[in-house]
Amino acid sequence: MSQVFILGDFSGEKATKTTTELATAAARIGEVIGIVFAPVGLGASMAATINSGPISKLIVVESNDFAAHGVAALADALSQLVSTQSPVAVLIASHALGKEIAGRVAVETLSGIITDAVDISSDLTATQLVFGGSTTVHSKISHGISIITIRPNSFEADNSPCAPEIENVALVISEKSKKATITSSEPPIKGGRPELTEANIVVSGGRGTDGNFSAVEAFADSLGAAVGASRAATDAGWYPHSHQVGQTGKTVSPQLYVACGISGAIQHRAGMQTSKTIVVVNKDPEAPIFDISDFGVVGDLFAVLPAATEGVLARKS
Amino acid sequence: MKIAVCVKQVPDSWAQKKMGASGNLDRENVDAVLNDLDEYAVEEALRIVEAHGGNEEGGPHSVTVISMGPARATDAIRKALSMGANSGILISDANLEGADALETSRILAEVIKNSQFDLVLCGTESTDARMSVVPAMIAARLDWAQLTFAGSVTVNADAQTVSISRVTEAGVDAITASFPCVISVVEKINEPRYPSFKGIMASKKKTIETKDLAAVGLSAEVHWSQVVDATERPPRAAGVKITDDGQSGPLLVNFLVEKKLI
Ligand SMILES: Cc1cc2nc3c(=O)[nH]c(=O)nc-3n(C[C@H](O)[C@H](O)[C@H](O)COP(=O)(O)OP(=O)(O)OC[C@H]3O[C@@H](n4cnc5c(N)ncnc54)[C@H](O)[C@@H]3O)c2cc1C
Ligand SMILES: Nc1ncnc2c1ncn2[C@@H]1O[C@H](COP(=O)(O)O)[C@@H](O)[C@H]1O
Repeated sequence: MSQVFILGDFSGEKATKTTTELATAAARIGEVIGIVFAPVGLGASMAATINSGPISKLIVVESNDFAAHGVAALADALSQLVSTQSPVAVLIASHALGKEIAGRVAVETLSGIITDAVDISSDLTATQLVFGGSTTVHSKISHGISIITIRPNSFEADNSPCAPEIENVALVISEKSKKATITSSEPPIKGGRPELTEANIVVSGGRGTDGNFSAVEAFADSLGAAVGASRAATDAGWYPHSHQVGQTGKTVSPQLYVACGISGAIQHRAGMQTSKTIVVVNKDPEAPIFDISDFGVVGDLFAVLPAATEGVLARKS
Repeated sequence: MKIAVCVKQVPDSWAQKKMGASGNLDRENVDAVLNDLDEYAVEEALRIVEAHGGNEEGGPHSVTVISMGPARATDAIRKALSMGANSGILISDANLEGADALETSRILAEVIKNSQFDLVLCGTESTDARMSVVPAMIAARLDWAQLTFAGSVTVNADAQTVSISRVTEAGVDAITASFPCVISVVEKINEPRYPSFKGIMASKKKTIETKDLAAVGLSAEVHWSQVVDATERPPRAAGVKITDDGQSGPLLVNFLVEKKLI
């Protein structure tokens, strides 16, 4: 059976739900080999956090060059593995790091690349939603190995437990991939809420919150949701940049997106308009965000959200 | 310092984008603009040279704008020139129609290699393709240091080094490298200037060199991927819209229950 590589997706030293999603997609195509790139000494413990999804084997590479040289070093290692083992495809999470690794691997292994796939079929046809979700495109890679990045949270993961065989591989990162050096790293600030790109529900606040996110956060917590923000809110320093949704923030596609006090600029829509259901709370009946909402309330978010929060909590108790 | 900025002409963000008959984006029937994320790269390049004495003609520092696209992409280059860049290069060739990121990066890297640039600046994403891979690919093709998703850039011209802070969902990394480097900048980095009247007038006298593939010294390569089909999705059906009269909280909850969201 042909082999498909998935690049393990980690938050710190722990595999994310996206890793299991990648494995689920890859299993439609062939035998799934997970790749784990770890600092020296952490390979085994990081690999052990990959414990669900149809994965038969993990290839673990330890090197301190990953943390020291970032994208180029990771892409170098992955290209070496791809060149020696010739999988039919490599699936990688579609975020800044994942896409850049994919791009470099495509160049180095003379392979085609597709980014932001939301689905993939057994014959390696990828589905993308382009032009702000208005058009569905199916495409295929015609030369080399299929390098495909998959948008997190696009389909149901197969969460059955797995205990993959572990193979440790030693690699030497070439000098040309060490030209940029990371001198310090700050991980993103994590609250107790779900990750934006992994959450089933996202509640976002914009300029309409006037800097007070408490109503937005309370509603999010009643739904077990992640909290997002428009650029107006992150620029004003009301919410961390890592929570920005949109063109230059994160792309989310949850089951439910609730936009509160957000007007619906094209750059904001670019990051959320493929959400399955969209709910809007906005004072201005003319706000363009209403054009894409399934349920819109023209009203003050400081009145509507607390009442809705109370309603949700009452139903749950 | 010789700086190149790679800019793309893209359909206006608000334009209704559609697929053309060939399975590529129909670029004929929409307004085309300079990719707004590339304006930040132009601005940052200008700030770098201005911090080192400016880019007067004949001086030691220059900013060259490079674009690959149809003939009318000169408009996007001209905009960058009116902001203050020195000159432009457009690579335009019928054989490049529908070029993907691999092909685009191959052509851009070749053009960059043929001049002696110290730094190449890019935007983080073209608003049409939205791949965010071209800068990384250019760096890989040139074997240059890759300093991408920069939220700030500090250049030390004497030491010939660059430090950036890389801002992504994975956090913030401080990264340094020696010239030559490929840098991409995020939109938080600066506020692009509006071209002044003087800038617009001056830009009309600046040169834009148009080259076809032969002039670059390359021939067209394969298409690495193929569109099997493209279908427009039905627009979102108009949803319910109610005006709050004090009762919309419970109605909103009912909607979520009906949709099995809670
Ligand atoms: C290059 C570039 C990249 C960008 N990238 C992004 C991006 O990634 N993400 C992003 O979001 N934006 C992005 N933007 C910015 C975008 O164009 C908009 O400026 C931004 O999305 C506006 O945020 P907003 O909707 O919160 O604010 P506004 O447009 O000011 O809207 C606020 C809304 O709140 C409503 N409101 C006010 N008070 C209340 C109340 N009490 N109750 C209910 N409603 C209320 C108002 O009616 C209004 O509709 C980008 C812009 C550029 C140029
Ligand atoms: N055709 C092109 N001509 C010049 N620069 C480009 C072109 N395509 C992409 N770029 C550069 O690469 C960046 C990322 O583009 P992309 O990978 O297509 O999202 C853009 O912001 C530009 O700086």
